Amino acid sequence: MTEASAKAAPAAHRQDGEWKRRWARLRRNRAALFGGSMILLYTLIALLAPLISPGDPAAPNLISALEGPSAGRLLGTDELGRSILARIIHGSRISLLIALGVVSVGLLIGVPTGLISGYYGGRVDFVIQRLTDMMLAFPGFLLALALVSVLGVGLKNTVISIGISMIPLYIRLVRAQSLAVREQVYVEAAKAVGTRDGKILLHHVLPNVMVPIIVQTSLGMGMAILFAAGLGFLGLGVQPPQPEWGAMLGSGRSYIFHAPHVATFPGLAIFFAVLGFNLLGDGLRDALDPRMKA
Amino acid sequence: MLQYVIKRLLYTVPVLIGISILLFIMLRALPGDPAQVLAGELASQEDIQNIRVQLGLDKPIHVQYARFLFRLSHLDLGRSARTQNPVIQEIWARLPNTFLLAVVATGLACLIGIPAGIISAIKPYGWLDNLVTSGALFGISMPVFWLGLMLVVVFSVILHWLPAGGTGGVEHVILPSVTLAAFVVAFIARMTRSSMLEVLNQDYITTARSKGLQEKVVIIRHALHNALIPIITVIGLQFGMLLGGAVLTETVFAWPGLGRLIVDSILARDYPMIQGVILIFGLLYILVNLVVDMLYALVDPRIRYD
Repeated sequence: MTEASAKAAPAAHRQDGEWKRRWARLRRNRAALFGGSMILLYTLIALLAPLISPGDPAAPNLISALEGPSAGRLLGTDELGRSILARIIHGSRISLLIALGVVSVGLLIGVPTGLISGYYGGRVDFVIQRLTDMMLAFPGFLLALALVSVLGVGLKNTVISIGISMIPLYIRLVRAQSLAVREQVYVEAAKAVGTRDGKILLHHVLPNVMVPIIVQTSLGMGMAILFAAGLGFLGLGVQPPQPEWGAMLGSGRSYIFHAPHVATFPGLAIFFAVLGFNLLGDGLRDALDPRMKA
Repeated sequence: MLQYVIKRLLYTVPVLIGISILLFIMLRALPGDPAQVLAGELASQEDIQNIRVQLGLDKPIHVQYARFLFRLSHLDLGRSARTQNPVIQEIWARLPNTFLLAVVATGLACLIGIPAGIISAIKPYGWLDNLVTSGALFGISMPVFWLGLMLVVVFSVILHWLPAGGTGGVEHVILPSVTLAAFVVAFIARMTRSSMLEVLNQDYITTARSKGLQEKVVIIRHALHNALIPIITVIGLQFGMLLGGAVLTETVFAWPGLGRLIVDSILARDYPMIQGVILIFGLLYILVNLVVDMLYALVDPRIRYD
C-alpha cells in the first residue's frame, strides 16, 4: 500500500458516512420520492412495453382512424387508426433511451473537461472556457437545432445534437466545484506526498463534485426529453412511424380541430416524464446538499 | 462605466469569432460539395461551378475564411437557396415579429412571475407558496408546443374566442405570447422566491421592521429592491430560452418570425438561410446579456465597473 492510498482510506470512510446521512435525508424528501417513483414507473413501462402494450404500436387500421378514447381503446386512435396508448407505451423506450444517451454524452465529455479546466487552471482553463463561451453563445435548444441541421434527423443524431448542447453545462458546473476543491488542504496533502494528478482528480476532486453532477443529471434527463420531443415535433428529430412522443404530437397537430386527443395524450406523457425528473432533481438537491439553492 | 462597456464589448469579440468559425465549419462539415448544397438539388452543373467560383471554394481554406469574415462584416449573408432573395432581407422582414412576441412574453412573465415569487416568499411553505411552487414546477416541465396546442383547443376550438394562428390584430398575439411566457414565468417566480427569501433573512430587514415600518414598505422598498439582481440575471438568461421557445411557438401558431423561418429552412436544406438566422440569434443573445450586465449598475449602486 502506498502512502497516498493509506491517507485516502479514512477519507473514503468518512465519505461513506456522509452518503448514509444523505440517503436518510433523501428518503424523507417527499418530492424526491414522488419524482423517483414516477421515473421508476416509466422505466418499468419501457422495459415491459411488449408485454403490457395493447397491441402493435405500428399496426394501421384505417377503418378506426381518429377514434376518441373509449372503453375498448383507452386513449383512442391516431390518423392511421393506431392505438395511441400502445404508441405512448412503446414511445417511452425511445424517450428514456434518448435521455440516457444525451446525459452520457454530456457526462463523458463535460465532466473530465470541467475537472481538468478547474484543477489545472491557467492556459488550459482559458482555452476550455472560451470554447465553452462559444457553445453557450447559442441557447441550448438552438445549438441542438443548428447541429441537427448539419448532422441530419433521426434517433442517433438527436442524441448527439442534444448531448453536445449539454456539454457546456457540465463543464461549467464541474469546473466551479473543482476550482473550490483544488484549494482544500486534503488536495494539497495528496500533492505533497507525490500522488499523481489523475489519481487526485479521481479520488479527491471527483467525489466532492458528485452531488451537483447527480442533481444536474436528473434535471438534464428531463431537459433531454423536452428537447428531443421539441425536435420530433418540428419534424427534425426521431422520424415517424417511430412512436416518439414529440413526433406523435407533431402529426396529431393537423387534427387538433376534430380529434384533439391525438395531440393531448403524447403531451401528457412528455409532461409527466419531465416532471418526474425535475421533482427528483430538486429533491436530490435539497436532500444531498442543503447548502445548494434553486 | 464607459470603460466597463468597452471592456465588456471586447470580451464578446472572441465569442463572435467563435460563432463565425462554427458557422464557417458548419457548411463545410456537410456531406458532399457545399456548392451543390447551396445551389439546391435542381441546379445545373454550370450553376454549381458559378457558385464555386463565387464562393471562392477553389481557394485555400484560410483565404475562404477571410472572405467569409469580410462578407459577414458587411452583413452579406448570401442568398436564400429557396427564394433567391438576400438572406438579410428575409431576416429583417421577420425580426420584428419575433421581437414582438419576445417582448410581450417577457413583459407578461415579469408581471406574473415577480409578484408570484414575492407572495411565495412572504409566507414560505404556506398554501399560496405551495401553489406558486408547484405551478412553477409544472411550467418548466411542460412542453411549450403542447401548451400552445392545448390553448388552441380551449380558446379557439371550444370557446371560439381567439384565432388559432396567423397574424393580424392584437387577438393574434395573445395565445402565442402566453404560450411563450408560461415557461419564463415559472423561472422568474422561482428565482424571485429564493432571492426574496435570502434577502428577508438579512439584518436590515429586521431593523426596518423594528423601526415600525409598514410590511408593504419593507417588502417592496427594502427587500425587493435588493433581491432584483438575480431576478434580472434570470430574465436575461431566459431570453435565450425564449428564442428557443420561439422556434416551437411560432411553428404551433404559424407565426411568421425567425423561429418558423429557421425550421422551414432546415426542412428545405436552405443553408445560407440557416446560417443567417443562427448568426442573428447568436448576436441577439449576446446583445441581451450585455444589456443585462449594464442594468446591474442601475439597480445596484454597489457594483462599480472599474
